[in-house]
Amino acid sequence: MTRPLIKVPQTAKRGEIIEIKTLISHPMETGYRTGLNGLTLPRDIIQRFVCIYNGTEIFSAAFSPAIAANPFLSFFTVAAESGTILFQWRGDNGFSVTETADITVL
Amino acid sequence: MSSRSSPPCGSSRRDFLLHAGECAAGAVMISLVTIRASRATPDMMQAAIHEILGTSEPQSGRVKLDLPPLVENGNAVPLTVSVDSPMTAQDHVTAIHLFNEKNPQPYVASFRLNPRTGKAVVATRIKLADSQQVTAIAQMSDGSFWSDSAQVIVTIAACVEDVQP
Amino acid sequence: MPSLRATAKQSRAAWHFGLQRRSAPRNDGGFVPDSGFTPVGAAWKGLLVPRSLGVLLLAAAIAQPSAQAADPPPENRHSGYAFMGPSLRAMQDDDMANPASLWLQDGETLWRQPAGTAERSCADCHGDATASMRGVAARYPAFDARNDRPINLEQRINRCRTTRQQAAALHFESHELLALTAYVARQSRGLPIAIKDTPALHPFVEMGRRLFYERQGQLNLSCAQCHEANAGRSLGGSTIPEAHPTGYPLYRLEWQSLGSLQRRLRNCMAGARAAPYAYGAEAFVDLELYLMWRANGMPVETPAVRP
Repeated sequence: MTRPLIKVPQTAKRGEIIEIKTLISHPMETGYRTGLNGLTLPRDIIQRFVCIYNGTEIFSAAFSPAIAANPFLSFFTVAAESGTILFQWRGDNGFSVTETADITVL
Repeated sequence: MSSRSSPPCGSSRRDFLLHAGECAAGAVMISLVTIRASRATPDMMQAAIHEILGTSEPQSGRVKLDLPPLVENGNAVPLTVSVDSPMTAQDHVTAIHLFNEKNPQPYVASFRLNPRTGKAVVATRIKLADSQQVTAIAQMSDGSFWSDSAQVIVTIAACVEDVQP
Repeated sequence: MPSLRATAKQSRAAWHFGLQRRSAPRNDGGFVPDSGFTPVGAAWKGLLVPRSLGVLLLAAAIAQPSAQAADPPPENRHSGYAFMGPSLRAMQDDDMANPASLWLQDGETLWRQPAGTAERSCADCHGDATASMRGVAARYPAFDARNDRPINLEQRINRCRTTRQQAAALHFESHELLALTAYVARQSRGLPIAIKDTPALHPFVEMGRRLFYERQGQLNLSCAQCHEANAGRSLGGSTIPEAHPTGYPLYRLEWQSLGSLQRRLRNCMAGARAAPYAYGAEAFVDLELYLMWRANGMPVETPAVRP
């Protein structure tokens, strides 16, 4: 399975507002398209994304099929403390992916 | 916690929007989608917006929705929404909601923020099925709503085209 | 010398079938008032054709660009990048936003993964790809002594897999082959395309050139009619690029996936209502070779993003 790509600065100053970018492989099949055999392709999307920084949720998203395939997200957070930032995507057909990134805050 | 592969039964858009404020971990997933053959209309977008706002009206300002005016392919349209907010405990954005007029259904995404988010700027890529208006609504900690819209011309549509070999 | 005349019957067929773009019909009937474009014939739904082109098409024969005179001089060539809006260019330029990066990540993993009964990875022979593969994609398709004809990068990778790794060849357009090809080609990013027109390669460059100028399909269109005579003009709301394959494999929004040049060529052939060649066909490699030769000197952009 292709792992998601995550960009988080490895170090930051305390209180600095840092940008986080994520890119995950997923077809985000809308459920509205017809396949080659004439049958509707069933919906298969990521529904939820959550970002948790040392146990505190800092950002989350709910996706509809209108989010493009291979979903990209950019958002920000305050570099509050050193630790681990956790990223989780969940969706149809039991889709569940979790990634972490460590950050050192000086 | 289970997620469904077939269209959800019984869950409604309103349920999702109410639960959007709750913690995601462990919650049953509510779909934003109702499967329809026809497309959304501007009226449906307004109805969807008012499901969140209730009787409030969104004010113009503080929100900036960036979309390219001309889109080469509706399958992936880069979008950035920025909200002018200090993001302090006393004054911050709690959610940003995105809507569209002419996709099969009016929802695009909802984002939940809090003071730890630091800056109310979110970028993603969306699908657009036709030339249409996209609307962003920011929900603030003081209960107010602010909105911005953008008109987009889409030359090749997403969603409504069949798969090609 | 390719045939220059369409028969009257083929002209009628072209009228009937129209050039159906895969786009939803527009509410306004596909007509933009007095923009210099006009809908040509009822069959051409959603297709806006510049009036000058419409006049040409009304003629019994469409003049083909001359095979010799039409090779564009280097300074006048533009990558498809130049025909995209700023947000798509930004998507290509930002490695974190470019969806192709997901394939590059897998390509890097596959590069280091032992494969086949030889249990050998690419890295075991070629070491660090950023060094050993630098410049390689810029000179593919290249002449292959074993087959006595050119092969493309995908075929070269499969040659290594079967002969050196004793592994099964990867299928064309498979995730693994795309990932490996993109990863190898990425190492040439920024370098100029450098196809050498050697005596051995020359007949195949010429074959590719002939294919580029030859009409095909029910619409009886050649590549050159769109990509040289009408590059920069609109076809159904999209701008026709010059067909320089500077960024392959690339992420095409239409596919919502990474894909090869041959996949793109198949789309074009289907658009002209010609039966597309099979993946790996010699005609495809000849055409790839000609297109890369025609783009000589232009920088590799792999992995590009295109609509």
